Amino acid sequence: MGTAIRTVYTIWLREWLRFLRERSRIIGMIGQPLLYFLIVGQGISAAMAFRAAPPGVNLSYLQFMYPGILAMSVLFTSIFSGISIIWDREFGFLKEVLVAPVPRWAIALGKALGASTVALCQATILLALAPLAQVHLTLPLVGKLLAVLFLISLAITFMGVAIASRMETMEGFQMIMNFLVMPLYFLSGAMFPLANVPAWMSALMHFDPLTYGVDALRHLIFADAHPQVLAFLVHFPFITDLLVLTGMVLVLGGMGSWFFSRQV
Amino acid sequence: MASVIEVENLVKDYGKVRAVDGVSFQVEEGEIFGFLGPNGAGKSTTIKILCTLLKPTGGKARIAGHDVEKEPDRVRRQIGIVFQDNSLDDRLTAAENLYLHGLLYGLPRKVINRRIEEMLEMVDLAAWKKEVVRNFSGGMRRRLEIARGLMHSPQVLFLDEPTVGLDPQTRAAIWDYIHRLRREEKITVFMTTHYMEEAENCDRIAIIDFGRIKALDTPERLKQQLGGDVITLVPADGADLGPVLTELYGLEVKPTGEGLCFRVKDGASFIPRLAAELGERIKSIHLRRPTLDDVFLSLTGRAIREEKASAAERLRYSPHRHRH
Repeated sequence: MGTAIRTVYTIWLREWLRFLRERSRIIGMIGQPLLYFLIVGQGISAAMAFRAAPPGVNLSYLQFMYPGILAMSVLFTSIFSGISIIWDREFGFLKEVLVAPVPRWAIALGKALGASTVALCQATILLALAPLAQVHLTLPLVGKLLAVLFLISLAITFMGVAIASRMETMEGFQMIMNFLVMPLYFLSGAMFPLANVPAWMSALMHFDPLTYGVDALRHLIFADAHPQVLAFLVHFPFITDLLVLTGMVLVLGGMGSWFFSRQV
Repeated sequence: MASVIEVENLVKDYGKVRAVDGVSFQVEEGEIFGFLGPNGAGKSTTIKILCTLLKPTGGKARIAGHDVEKEPDRVRRQIGIVFQDNSLDDRLTAAENLYLHGLLYGLPRKVINRRIEEMLEMVDLAAWKKEVVRNFSGGMRRRLEIARGLMHSPQVLFLDEPTVGLDPQTRAAIWDYIHRLRREEKITVFMTTHYMEEAENCDRIAIIDFGRIKALDTPERLKQQLGGDVITLVPADGADLGPVLTELYGLEVKPTGEGLCFRVKDGASFIPRLAAELGERIKSIHLRRPTLDDVFLSLTGRAIREEKASAAERLRYSPHRHRH
C-alpha cells in the first residue's frame, strides 16, 4: 500500500511540476475563462434575449451559463490531461514509469488526481469572476462547488485515460477531441436547457457524466432561487446527481485503471 | 562468478512471425554483454522481455535470480533501463527527472538527494542540475538517462541502442561513462547495438540474426575463429582472377565493391607469393585484420553495414524533428 500511495504522489507531483513550468498553460488558464465570459456570455446574452426561460423566471443567459462555463473549463482540462498519456507513451516519460516496480492502477490514479488539481486551479479563477455573471458566492459554497468540480474532473480524466490506453497511435487524437468532447459538452445542458429536446438526445444525455455535474453545480449556485426557477434549471435531485457522478467516477476509474494496466 | 542474467530457450511470436527463436545465454556479474545484429533481428524484443515489458511466448528468463514473468516487480527493482527513444520529461529539470525516479523506486529522500549529486557528477551534468531537459543536446539527454537508470543502484543496466543518432565524439564519450560506471558501480551491462565498432567495447557479444544467436564469444575470439587475415585484391583491368585464385590456392573468394575478398592464415607471407605468381595481373593488394563485420558476414552471408536505417529511425533522429 505504501508503494501505491508513493506512486500516486509521484505522478501527481510530476503533473503539478509540469503545470507550474508551462507558462503558456497558465496564461491560457486565465485567458480562456475570460474569453468565455466576454464572448460567449456577454456576446450571446447581449445579442438575443434568453427566450428559453418560462414567463416569470428572471434569469439572464450569463447566469444560466455560469455553471456551464465552470464545467466546460474542467471538461477541457481533464480530457486533455487524460488523453495526453498517448504523448507520454510516444515521446517518453510513460515508458520510464511503466518499468518501475509500482502498480499500474496507482499511476492512472495519480494522473487523474494531478489533472484534477490543475482543473481546480482553473475553476478557482472562474469562481473569482462570479460577480461578472451576477452570481453571488459564499466561501462554503465555493468549497462545495470545488468538490463537485473535482468529481467531474476525476470522471473525465479517467475517461481520457481509458480511451488513451486503448489507442495505439496519436492519429485518432483530433477525432476524439471533436467527436467526444463537443458532444459531451453540448449534451450536458451546459449551453442550452435540455427541457424540450428530442427523445434520442435526452437518452444520450443520461450517459454524459457532465450532465449530472452541471446539474449539481446549478443546484448549488441557484439554491436560493425561486422554486419555479430551480425547477426550470435542474432535472434531477441533488443527491441523485452526486450518487450518479460518484458512481461514474468509480466505473470510469476502474475502466481507466484496468485498460491502463493492460497496455504494453 | 554468478550469472546475473540467465536466459533459456526464449521464444517470442508476433502473430505468425517468430521474432525471437529459442535464444539461450548467460551474463556474468560485472560483464558488459552486447547483442549485435541488424534492425529487426530480435534485439529489442529480447531486451523488452528481459525488462518485463513484454511476455515471452515460451522459455525462461531470470534476472538476479528472479523470473521475469513471475516476479516482475522484483526484477524491476534490480534493473535500470536506458530506452532507445527519449524517455525523459523534457519540461522538467535534470534534477527533477532524477528525483521522480527516486520516488518511484521508493528511495528515502536523503538517499535520493545524495544519489542525484553522485549520478550527475558521474555523467558530468552537475552544472546542469537545474536546467530544463528541453535545452539539452542528444548526448546530454542520453547521459542523463544513464544517470537516471542508475539512481536506484540496480544490479543490471540495460541499454537499448544507447548511441543511435549520436555523433561519433558523443558516442565515444558515452562509452567512457559506461566503462567508468562498470569500474565504480560494479554493475552488469546488457546492451544492444548494430554498430560493429561499438560491439568491440563489450566483454562478450552475441551475434543475433532472425531471432537466433549465431555466435557468442569475446570480440577477440570471434575474430580469431574466422582465422587469419582478410585480403582484398584488385585485379588489373579485365583480369578475372576469382576462378584462378580458387584453383591455385583453394581460396573462397567473394567479390565485393572494393575488389576480390578472401581470407588466408598468414597474410603477410602470402602477399609476396601472390605478387610473384600473378604479378602483372594484380593492380593492388590490401591486407587487414578481420573485423566484426567480417564475422557477421561469414555467419549470415550479409554485411550488417548494408542495412539502411529504417524509416522510423531516420524520422526519430532527424535534426528537424519537432516536439509536441
